Amino acid sequence: MSTMPFAIPRPVHPTGVWSWITTIDHKRIGILYGVTAFILFLTGGMEALLIRAQLAQAEQDLISPEIFNQLFTMHGTTMIFLAVMPLSAAFFNFVVPLQIGARDVAFPRLNAFSFWTFLAGALLLKISWITGGAPNAGWFSYAPLTGITANPGHGIDLWVVSLQVLGVASLAAAFNFIVTIVNMRAPGMSLMRMPMFTWMTLLTAILLVLAFPVITVALIELMFDRTFGMNFFNVAAGAQPILWQHLFWVFGHPEVYILILPAMGIVSDVLPAFSKKPLFGYGTMVVAGVVIAFMGWMVWSHHMFTVGLGPVANSVFTFTTMMIAVPTGIKVFNWLGTIWGGSLNFKTPMLFALGFVGMFIMGGISGVMHAVAASDAQQQDTYFIVAHLHYVLFGGSLMGIFAGIYFWYPKMTGKMYNEGLGKVQFWSMLIAQNITFFPMHFTGLDGMPRRIYTYQENMGWEFWSLISTIGSLMLAASMLLFVYNFVNSWRNGEKASGDPWDARTLEWSMPSPPPEYNFAVIPEVTDRDEWWEEKQRRRIGVPVPVSGGSGYEPEEHSIHLPQPSYWPIVVSIGLLIAGYGVVYNGVIYNFVLAAAGVLIGMIGVYAWALEPVNDPDPDDEHSSH
Amino acid sequence: MAHAPSMPHGGEHEATSTGLSHRKLLMWAFLGSDCMFFGALIATYLVYQGKSLVGPFPEDVFSIPVTSVSTFVLLMSSMSMVLSYAALTRGNIKAYRIWLASTAILGATFLAFQVFEFRDFVQHGLTPRTNLFGTTFFTLTGFHGAHVTLGVIWLLSLLFHSFRKGGASPEKEEDLDLAALYWHFVDVVWIVIFTVIYLYGVFEGF
Repeated sequence: MSTMPFAIPRPVHPTGVWSWITTIDHKRIGILYGVTAFILFLTGGMEALLIRAQLAQAEQDLISPEIFNQLFTMHGTTMIFLAVMPLSAAFFNFVVPLQIGARDVAFPRLNAFSFWTFLAGALLLKISWITGGAPNAGWFSYAPLTGITANPGHGIDLWVVSLQVLGVASLAAAFNFIVTIVNMRAPGMSLMRMPMFTWMTLLTAILLVLAFPVITVALIELMFDRTFGMNFFNVAAGAQPILWQHLFWVFGHPEVYILILPAMGIVSDVLPAFSKKPLFGYGTMVVAGVVIAFMGWMVWSHHMFTVGLGPVANSVFTFTTMMIAVPTGIKVFNWLGTIWGGSLNFKTPMLFALGFVGMFIMGGISGVMHAVAASDAQQQDTYFIVAHLHYVLFGGSLMGIFAGIYFWYPKMTGKMYNEGLGKVQFWSMLIAQNITFFPMHFTGLDGMPRRIYTYQENMGWEFWSLISTIGSLMLAASMLLFVYNFVNSWRNGEKASGDPWDARTLEWSMPSPPPEYNFAVIPEVTDRDEWWEEKQRRRIGVPVPVSGGSGYEPEEHSIHLPQPSYWPIVVSIGLLIAGYGVVYNGVIYNFVLAAAGVLIGMIGVYAWALEPVNDPDPDDEHSSH
Repeated sequence: MAHAPSMPHGGEHEATSTGLSHRKLLMWAFLGSDCMFFGALIATYLVYQGKSLVGPFPEDVFSIPVTSVSTFVLLMSSMSMVLSYAALTRGNIKAYRIWLASTAILGATFLAFQVFEFRDFVQHGLTPRTNLFGTTFFTLTGFHGAHVTLGVIWLLSLLFHSFRKGGASPEKEEDLDLAALYWHFVDVVWIVIFTVIYLYGVFEGF
C-alpha cells in the first residue's frame, strides 16, 4: 500500500546529479561529506594565508583591522565546524557501516538530511563574506563583544544561525551513528570486537549528543539578546557575561575531543594494518577513549584560568587537566607498542599515522604546560596557545584525517593514488607545518598576543613571523599537490584490489569500490580483526563460511536497500531559508522568508514520515508494510 | 514488546543487535540530548536567580495555586497517554483515539494556562526585557511550552493518521510508544521546572 504524499513519484536516477541529490547510500554521502568539507577546508586555508600575509612583516597594512578580525573568526569557525568535523563525518559515513558488517546506517534518509543540513549551515556562514561583513568576535565569540551595541552588524547573527543549523546536522548524524553502531553490528561483533575507529566514532557521537545542546542554549541566549533585547549578557541589567564563557567551554572542551577522537581511531586502525600486528592493548585503548570522553567534561575552565575564578577552581581544573594527559599517554604508548617489533610498511597512510603520533605528542606537551594555571597566566592569549592548538588540530586531527584519506582512498574510489606523490606530500606537509607553527612557540613566549592585526617593529617578532608565513605558503603548495594527486588518481589511477594493504578489518573484505549493498552475505564475526583472521583461516584451509562480500554473487532479489528520497534535502532547504530569514529581524520580507522556510521544512517532514523506507516489492507477497 | 519478527526490509525495519528497535534507541538518545538542553537552560536560570536589579521578582508574579492546577493537568495528560497506549495494545482503536485526543486536549489546556500566565505576568510589568528574571523565565518556560506544542501536534498527527486505512493497529504500537516517551519526558521536565523555579522561587529556604 503506497502512501505517497502529494503524488510525487520516488526518485529513480541511477546516475547523474539527481542520483547524488537524492542518494541515501552511506558511501555516497560519505564522499559528498568528504569532498564538500575538503573544499571548505581550502577556503579556511585561504583565510589563514591572508592572516599570515598580513603578519609577515611589522606594521603592514595589507588588511584592515576590521577584515582581520573577520578573517581569524572565519578561519577558526571554518576549520572546526566546516572542515575537521565533517571530514571526520565523511569517514563515519563511509567506513563505519563497512567495519561493523552493515548494509547501511540505521536511518539512511536522516543521514542524507545531516549532509544537506551541514551544507546549509556552511552556506549560511560563508555567505556572510558577501552580505556585508563576516562574524568578527573570534571562534568563541565572547560576550559582551557579541552584544548588539558592541557589534551591530549581521555577521554575528549569521554566525549564530549557521552554528545552530550545523548543530542540527551534527546531532542528527550523531543519533544516527549511535543507533547504527549499537544496533546494526553483524552477528558476533561484540563491542569489544569492534574496530577502534568504530569505537572512537561511537564515543564522538555520544560527546556530540551531549555537548551540542549546551552550545545551542548559549547561541539561543545570544540570539535572543540580539534580536529581542533580552538580558542574558547585558551587564547593565546585572548579567554576568562569564556565563557565555562557561556555556561555551562546557561545549567547547568536549568539542576538542570530538575533533581528535576520530583521528585517534583512524590512526589506531592504520598502524596495525601497516605493522602486520594487532593493535597493542586493545582493551586499554577502549578504556582510555572512554576515560578521555568522560573527563573531557571536567576540564572546561582551563580555558578560563585568567578570568579570576579563584585559586580553588584554578587548582581543581589544573589537576583534572593534567589527569586527562594520562589516558592520552596510554594511547600514545599503545601506538608505540603496536609498531614495536612489527613488520613495518612505510606507505603514505602509515607515514601520516606516525606523523600524527609525533605531532600530537608535541601538541600534548605544550597542552600540559598550560594546564598549570600559573604558567597559563603567561601564555593565555599569546601565540603560544596558537602553536599548541595548531599542533593538536593540524598535527593531530588533520594528520590523522590525511592518514585516513590515503588509507581508504582505494576503497572509496576503486583506484590507487600515486604513492610517490603521496610521500612527497607527506614530507612537505610535515616539514611545512613545523615551519609554520613551531616559531609561534617562540613569538608566543616572547609575548606576542594572538588576534592582533599588526605589531610594531623591534618587538623581536618579525623574523619568526616571517618564517611562519613562509611555512604557510609551503603548506598551501602541499595541499595543491594533494588535490592534484587525489583528482588525477581518481581519473587515471591504477585499479585497486579489494584489499591493497593486506589489512585487518571487514571493509577490506569486499571489492573496491564496494557494491551498493556492501555485503552480499552478512558476515559472522568470530574475532577482533575479523578479516585478518578470516584470511589466516582461508590460508590454512579451514573450511568456514566465507565472510564478507567477495566471492559470493549477490542474490539480488533478497537484498532490500533503502530507496532514494527527495525529502531530506527538502527539509534542509527549508532550514536554510528559515535560517537566512531569521537573521534580518524586523524586515517583513525576511519574516516571510522565515515562515516559508518553516513551511517547506514541515511539508518535508510530513512527506518524509509518510514515505515508506522501501516501496513494497511487487514480487514479494510477504510485503506487509 | 509485540514486535513481529519483521522481514529484513533494509533500513529502518531490520532486526537489531540489542533487540531494541532503531527508532526507540534514537528517541532515547534524543532525550539524553534534550536533558542537556534543559539542563543548560535551568542552569542559566539558577545562575541568575536573585540577581535581577529591578522587579517584578518571582514572588511578585508567581501564583502557586494556578500553576499547581496546570501542573496537575499536565500530569493527568501523562496518565491518559498511558491509557491510550494500553487501549492500542489491546486492539481497542476507539478507546485509543479517545485517550489520544484527551492527551492532546490536556496538553493544549496546559498551554492555555501558560498563555494566560504569560499575559498575566506581562500585565504585572514582567516581559522578557524587564530584568534577568523575565529573560531567563520566559526563555526556559517558553522552550518547555514549545516542546509541549510539538507534542500536541505529534499527537494530533497520530490521531488523524489513525483514521487512515491501517493507520493504527496493535502491531504499530511503536508509533505511539515513541510519542509517549517524548510526552512523558516533557512532563518530567515540567516537574523539575515547577519544583526548582516556582516552589523554590516563592518559598525561600524550602
